[in-house]
Amino acid sequence: MGDVLKKVPVREQDPKVRATNFEEVCLGYNKEEAMEEAARCLNCKNAKCVQGCPVNIDIPAFIHQVKEGNFEEAYKVIGKSSSLPAVCGRVCPQETQCEGKCIRGIKGEPVSIGKLERFVADWAKENGIKPEAPAARNGHKIAVIGSGPSGLTCAGDLAKMGYDVTIFEALHQPGGVLVYGIPEFRLPKDKVVKAEVENVKSLGVTIDTNVIIGKSTTVDELLEKEGFEAVFIGSGAGLPMFMGIPGEVSNGVFSANEYLTRSNLMKAFREDYDTPIVTGKKVIVVGGGNVAMDAARTALRLGAEVHIVYRRSEEELPARKEEVHHAKEEGVIFDLLTNPTEILADENGWVKGVRCVRMELGEPDASGRRRPMVIEGSEFEMEADTVIMSLGTSPNPLISSTTIGLDVNRRKCIIADEETGATSKEGVYAGGDAVTGAATVILAMGAGKAAAKGIDEFIKSKNN
Amino acid sequence: MYKIIKAEKLNEIVYLMVVEAPMVAKHCQPGQFVIVKEDDTGERIPLTICDYDREAGTITIVFQPIGVSTEKFARLQAGDAFEDFVGPLGCPSEFVNEDPEALKKEKILFVAGGVGTAPVYPQVKWLHEHGIEADVIVGAKTKDLIILEKEMAAVAGNLYITTDDGSYGRSGMVTKVIEDLMAEGKTYTKCVSIGPMIMMKFCCLTTKKYDIPTIVSMNPIMVDGTGMCGACRVIVGGEVKFACVDGPEFDGHLIDWDLAMKRQQMYKTEEGRALLKLREGDTHHGGCGQCGGDK
Repeated sequence: MGDVLKKVPVREQDPKVRATNFEEVCLGYNKEEAMEEAARCLNCKNAKCVQGCPVNIDIPAFIHQVKEGNFEEAYKVIGKSSSLPAVCGRVCPQETQCEGKCIRGIKGEPVSIGKLERFVADWAKENGIKPEAPAARNGHKIAVIGSGPSGLTCAGDLAKMGYDVTIFEALHQPGGVLVYGIPEFRLPKDKVVKAEVENVKSLGVTIDTNVIIGKSTTVDELLEKEGFEAVFIGSGAGLPMFMGIPGEVSNGVFSANEYLTRSNLMKAFREDYDTPIVTGKKVIVVGGGNVAMDAARTALRLGAEVHIVYRRSEEELPARKEEVHHAKEEGVIFDLLTNPTEILADENGWVKGVRCVRMELGEPDASGRRRPMVIEGSEFEMEADTVIMSLGTSPNPLISSTTIGLDVNRRKCIIADEETGATSKEGVYAGGDAVTGAATVILAMGAGKAAAKGIDEFIKSKNN
Repeated sequence: MYKIIKAEKLNEIVYLMVVEAPMVAKHCQPGQFVIVKEDDTGERIPLTICDYDREAGTITIVFQPIGVSTEKFARLQAGDAFEDFVGPLGCPSEFVNEDPEALKKEKILFVAGGVGTAPVYPQVKWLHEHGIEADVIVGAKTKDLIILEKEMAAVAGNLYITTDDGSYGRSGMVTKVIEDLMAEGKTYTKCVSIGPMIMMKFCCLTTKKYDIPTIVSMNPIMVDGTGMCGACRVIVGGEVKFACVDGPEFDGHLIDWDLAMKRQQMYKTEEGRALLKLREGDTHHGGCGQCGGDK
């Protein structure tokens, strides 16, 4: 038995080795390690960790089953609350959610809840255990737009209640951000994402790819002509934002969305796929979120020297701590308190560098973080052949502009009730990034879950 | 899967295919495009819609192989299928939402270059079906590269064919035909120009002289085509626009052409490499001047 104040360490690929491949970084716990870590759980009566989980998994209950070696039971406990445990165990920001609330964390390290969840989900997959399909269908048709975390969760929950659910996906593969956004080395596509999607399908959910709602058909048509009684919109975040500085349309300036989509969805990093990607020798990634870390670590694996340029300090980096830690271990260079003011291009229009200024932190702003301010006269140039802008996204208007009576807010996000997902239009529900703007996988799942409940209540009230 | 009903070679370099895609055929309008992907490892390629049959549920696409993916498309035959075929993408041409009676008062000139004749055709056809006759200039390098002449003649008001080498129709570039028509006393209130970027640029410079508002259709590099990746950004009137959601049609007099053309070159090296590898297979050991063989 190790030090009870510390997490059982998880095995990872060596940083030097993994910086050159796209294999998963974290190798996860084995049975013995998982049971040992589970034994650290205090099984609190009033479990704070559950309150910290956006989908309220009964964490002490599943960990108890792990401790006893009843992994199938543990999987069933998680399955009651989450449709995508193998994903969440890998990408949730546990340090600010479940693990952030863990009582163990007061006097040592919290229980490694995320790694345990991942272990249980992976064990279930290896042992061929699938979620149980509902005994009977109720015959009500529900449409779900988007097959990302919110859509899959909403569809999975509704299917478990007996609804006939069809997911419409714009891209050629289901999974949304899990497929196009999060890289292979953090979330393996075949082993994890495809398997989770198959689990949702095994509940009876149909997934139609290559259908763009707002173009191929509309929400109104689904409701009026196609026989759907309710629609859930989980269409995701949308258009990438740029800084609006000179030179930003130069060749070699990409949005993180584009760079990651080429590499993740289109598998441009693999020789046997046709989609090209500009690998770059010296890459600057602008931004400090998880997406910025993903883009930086992808560029690193494609052989570049990579710099993260972020205008605040390390403390304010919005990315998960583990991602920052991994990025540093692999050799990503952090240029903090630095902000680009212009992209410099050569005579052919290709990026050759970035002009930047140094920043210092002033008083806290509306977000509660200290406001970055330019240090006068601090201008300097950084050499680069590729710049990746990772500054967040603004909502895609395709659905809101083609759905009659669907209200959006000032930021063009769909307005939806937090408890039920209900929008301004009867029978239409929404959740995830389409409502909140760019956020996390687990928050989107929480919204999908709430909307499934909201839709169920709506259908029941309508048919009474 | 999206079955290919018909595959035809229009000339040495241009291919036409009729593809089963009922949902796209039901909703598409002139001006829109589709994204096509052949198989699991293929690229997502944006292609213009040349024609559609709502009842048969088919879309006609016309393309000219320029990279490894379109080269592979060209090898497909009737009976084969595309794995993915998504659309309609982009906004329909502006006139689709205008009052046909008001449109009848307009004098519209279409200027099509090469394979750009394909996306011009459904626009002219739509206008024809709504009782509006538009004049059309179709230009190509040489006689053999003129496509869809018969189809276009059936729906256009006056059709002016021109070839750069004078082997068919009038002689010279499309811009010369515009100048000639103006000299002949024609007047136009609107121009729509679709073709290679360089042609659209010079077409716009010409129509600008005569103060004819001109719409162009941009075909920049794209990945998803739904407004997610931002690869297709073009500068229009000093503002960044996404061709896939804001376009593909824009005011040609406001486009930053030099920048658009530079962006078009972005994957030249990567694409050239992939294409040569496909064509020459294992025997490819350099020669393209770019890749240094398999090193």
